Amino acid sequence: MFDDFFIRALVAGIGIAFVAGPLGCFVVWRRLSYFGDTLAHSALLGVTIAYSLEFNIAVSIFLISSAIALILIQLQKKTNLPSDALLGLLAHSSLAVGLVVIGFLTFIRFDIMGLLFGDILAVNKKDLITIWVGGALILLVLRLIWKPLFASTVNYELAQAEGLNPDRAKAVFTVLLAAIIAISIKLVGVLLITGMLIIPTAMARNLSDNPKKMVIFAIIGGLLSVFIGLFSSLEFNTPSGPSIIAAALVLFIFSLLKVKQTIQLKN
Amino acid sequence: MSIGNNILVKLNNVGFQQNQKWLVQGVSLQVEKGKIVTLIGPNGSGKSTTAKIALGLFKNIEGQVEKFTNNIGYVPQKISIDWTLPLRVRDFMLLTDNLTEDVIDEALSLTGVINLKDKSLGNLSGGEFQRVLLARAISKKPDLLVLDEPVQGVDFTGEIALYELIKEISEKLNCGILLISHDLHTVMSATDHVVCLNGHVCCSGSPKEVAKNSEYKALFGEQASQTLSIYEHKHDHVHANDGDIKKN
Repeated sequence: MFDDFFIRALVAGIGIAFVAGPLGCFVVWRRLSYFGDTLAHSALLGVTIAYSLEFNIAVSIFLISSAIALILIQLQKKTNLPSDALLGLLAHSSLAVGLVVIGFLTFIRFDIMGLLFGDILAVNKKDLITIWVGGALILLVLRLIWKPLFASTVNYELAQAEGLNPDRAKAVFTVLLAAIIAISIKLVGVLLITGMLIIPTAMARNLSDNPKKMVIFAIIGGLLSVFIGLFSSLEFNTPSGPSIIAAALVLFIFSLLKVKQTIQLKN
Repeated sequence: MSIGNNILVKLNNVGFQQNQKWLVQGVSLQVEKGKIVTLIGPNGSGKSTTAKIALGLFKNIEGQVEKFTNNIGYVPQKISIDWTLPLRVRDFMLLTDNLTEDVIDEALSLTGVINLKDKSLGNLSGGEFQRVLLARAISKKPDLLVLDEPVQGVDFTGEIALYELIKEISEKLNCGILLISHDLHTVMSATDHVVCLNGHVCCSGSPKEVAKNSEYKALFGEQASQTLSIYEHKHDHVHANDGDIKKN
């Protein structure tokens, strides 16, 4: 059944939605949207390196994104620039370098649009294994660091004072972010992965009063976005990434109705 | 059991500086099982900093901190919950520990906020939130409680009840408490040991001893010690306006 490209894309999308939900919640809670964006932009550089060295794409993206995260931490310590400027610097320079390198690799045919916005046709059986095995690993590790990560998201000092290790949890979480970007780039594309993390989560925030509910709604929102997005991508021949994100946006707009109701109830 | 085993945390001549300014310096104190140690002092005197040093929240400190327990409950002075994170009281209770429903209910009942269990944390009043913070800290039955102004914003009758509760807890759980408080009446009635800070330890001892101390009076005014007999002792230094200490 995985011979059909559409089924493959769908199975890939379902896997990504399950991982993006919980990770996306932490991205929103910890205000890391732009950080996620920077990692995603650097993924393009990872792709080009993978192509030129004939290396596994997912592993290459994962390594480059992790390296960019480390560089960011160093720059934060050693410069006087604010974090958002550093993030912008790294995001755009790694994207630019990635695109320049692509320009040099004339012997390989690149589908730049596919890299930037995802390609429904690009997902092969190997990618499915990467997404599902990688995704399962990401969720397992997230489960292990959940307590310290969540507690320090609420209050760093409280978590540390009571014997948890917030710094380790944060470092591991950064690696997990790099990992989900690595596994989802083919379907969603470099420029829109952060949207996959944030928009279903933003929708979920409007519908939930507790963290568990928010994670579950984020997963459901992600799944719905993948279904609606991929079917419309097939129907209207649009790139898969933007279609999924646009579907997520529609869901978010619907969720606003619920917020409006709650606010009216309060008054 | 030797006396040494009763010590939960011991600060030996600790200090901490930030941006080349000492927040606190030369503090030594210890908290033992079943004892309440209270830190008093004016704003900016390093009370919270000292508590945070004891909790191991700073990396580059001077001096030594010896901790003999990892089962700690902490009520910070300031805590803000981001609205992007939907959190009910019951979720907050489970923040750093896995507790059963019964344990959560018991703690919330003790601080009088069991009715708020399903409320969103963001909708609580200051006093209610403070009670929840205290409930969370005691629910895990800690060996050491660090309470940084635990009753700020609580109504007057509630304040007295909560201080009684804190004393009761220290006896019942036989846990040590490091308390930061502005309420001198409570300090004098419920505390075993008082440390008066002003960037350094001005004086310390039992509440009675400290109340007699001239530095204490200089900091808090004559009124603060008027219930107790006035006792003068030789003051070997003065405080300059910038917080510097000058030996006489």
